[in-house]
Amino acid sequence: MKLVTAIIKPHALDDVKTALESYGITGMTISEASGYGRQRGHSEVYRGAEYTVDFVPKIRLEVLVEDLDARSVVDVIMSAASSGRIGDGKIWTVPVEDVARVRTGERGSDAI
Amino acid sequence: MTAHLLSLATVQEPTIDYASTGFLIICASLVLLMTVPGLALFYGGMTRAKSVLNMMMMSFGAMGVVGVIYVLFGYSMSFGPNDLGGIIANPFDKFGLKDTADLINPFGYDGYGWIPEVVFVGFQLTFAVITVALISGAIADRVKFSTWLVFAGLWVTLCYFPIAHMVWGGGLLSGSESGLAATLFGATDGIADVVPIDFAGGTVVHINAGMAGLVLALIVGKRLGFGKSVMRPHNVPLVMIGAGLLWFGWFGFNAGSELAPDATAALVWVNTTVATCAAMLGWLLIEKLRDGHATSIGAASGVVAGLVAITPACGALSPLGSIALGAVAGGLAAYAVGLKYRFGFDDSLDVVGVHLVAGVWGTIGAGLLSTSTGLLYGKGVQQTLLQIVIALVALLISGVMTALIGLALRATMGWRISEDEESAGIDQSEHAETAYDLSPRGGRLAGNLPALARETTAQTEGAPA
Repeated sequence: MKLVTAIIKPHALDDVKTALESYGITGMTISEASGYGRQRGHSEVYRGAEYTVDFVPKIRLEVLVEDLDARSVVDVIMSAASSGRIGDGKIWTVPVEDVARVRTGERGSDAI
Repeated sequence: MTAHLLSLATVQEPTIDYASTGFLIICASLVLLMTVPGLALFYGGMTRAKSVLNMMMMSFGAMGVVGVIYVLFGYSMSFGPNDLGGIIANPFDKFGLKDTADLINPFGYDGYGWIPEVVFVGFQLTFAVITVALISGAIADRVKFSTWLVFAGLWVTLCYFPIAHMVWGGGLLSGSESGLAATLFGATDGIADVVPIDFAGGTVVHINAGMAGLVLALIVGKRLGFGKSVMRPHNVPLVMIGAGLLWFGWFGFNAGSELAPDATAALVWVNTTVATCAAMLGWLLIEKLRDGHATSIGAASGVVAGLVAITPACGALSPLGSIALGAVAGGLAAYAVGLKYRFGFDDSLDVVGVHLVAGVWGTIGAGLLSTSTGLLYGKGVQQTLLQIVIALVALLISGVMTALIGLALRATMGWRISEDEESAGIDQSEHAETAYDLSPRGGRLAGNLPALARETTAQTEGAPA
């Protein structure tokens, strides 16, 4: 099993979710995040005082998948989230040792 | 001739002017709206999220303290019958609003204008409240609430009431025979030949509060991290709502200062509006040229700068003159708010840049642009000189009195909360509250429920299933 984590632009979330559902992914978790990479931040001015705001709003999306699906899920997220402009985000995959579904007690792949 | 008419008017049984009385009750309520919630929101939105409650409580606190003091002895000190050296009136003549049940005619108009004295008291009370509340913006995020309340009481008594008496109560800065104006330029029939122009409180309210803000910011010291860490406003829409409420309430402040719903009050309304519009545009233009963007905070601040500047001048100018006065006020204040970084004093929410600078400009500008006595209307330089003099005197008195009170409080109660409390946020340490609960995770009751709630809980638990 793998955990795919994607950091994407907030407005790309709907497209990514729809694409993942068409692929057959039935659940995901998102959280609001802030960060910067090559995009850097932006500057704001209040009464003449300029502030650089480094951290821009992002969405962190997490999906648990079978080993075989991992590469394809990354591709699906990538194509749905890509605008070609700086700040589109990043996706990474890590191995998962165990998964448990709280309600039924199922373990491993059955719990995904 | 005037004196003869006046004496006639007092011989006849005065009848109440219902229009003026109703007008003043509404205007007094509008001025109250300026402080809470207008100013509280305007300032509160500009602070960081961890100190918005304290900022708003400084306005509410000023309201409580000054409202009570005004009724006890503030009115008597400002407008009481016995003048003491042009500086102050006796606090005990009308203590607790004794002897204020009659009708008065503040301007001595023949035929209309008799109002209950208590409605005048109420109207003036609201001015004292907002003047004290204005100062709080200079010392945001860092002072003990208890020290602030004591300061509010001392400052309004020792600084505001004397200046209010001097300007409006027939004292040193008024047009009375014993005033500065009469000494400088002579007097005829008991009235100075050149009468100082301060229609609604440029000296009493804005120069006074602005100077007090500057002195207190110096005495109290900078916020932790001033000039290094980011202190951007946490809620700009609150600032915009606050500025809008201030503008709305300001019609009571300025038009109400005519004390009657007449043609002058109508002119004042238009002047107040158009000067404020021009000031907002002036501020935005400077911002666009200097910083590249016209900002929302800039619009809100320009509105306040325009309202401040037109306050002393609103009864003396034409609408066109008001546009000129307002545009300059907005531009000047937009530059002035940067001074604190250059000179290194932490006037947190720019009480100096907005109220002091626009207040001084409005007071002097009234001398330049007055349609009857203004320099730019070819009526000589005397009015402008007099305006500079009353602005300087107000600055001096406010500066000295605020320094004395501020230093005395620093030596006794102390101004600052601890550094730990300041970095954690003053809302928690001074008020045991946080403004926003956006992620209600965890937390549990720590006892001390009010008695009634505890009883209800017990009954629910004890009820049969």
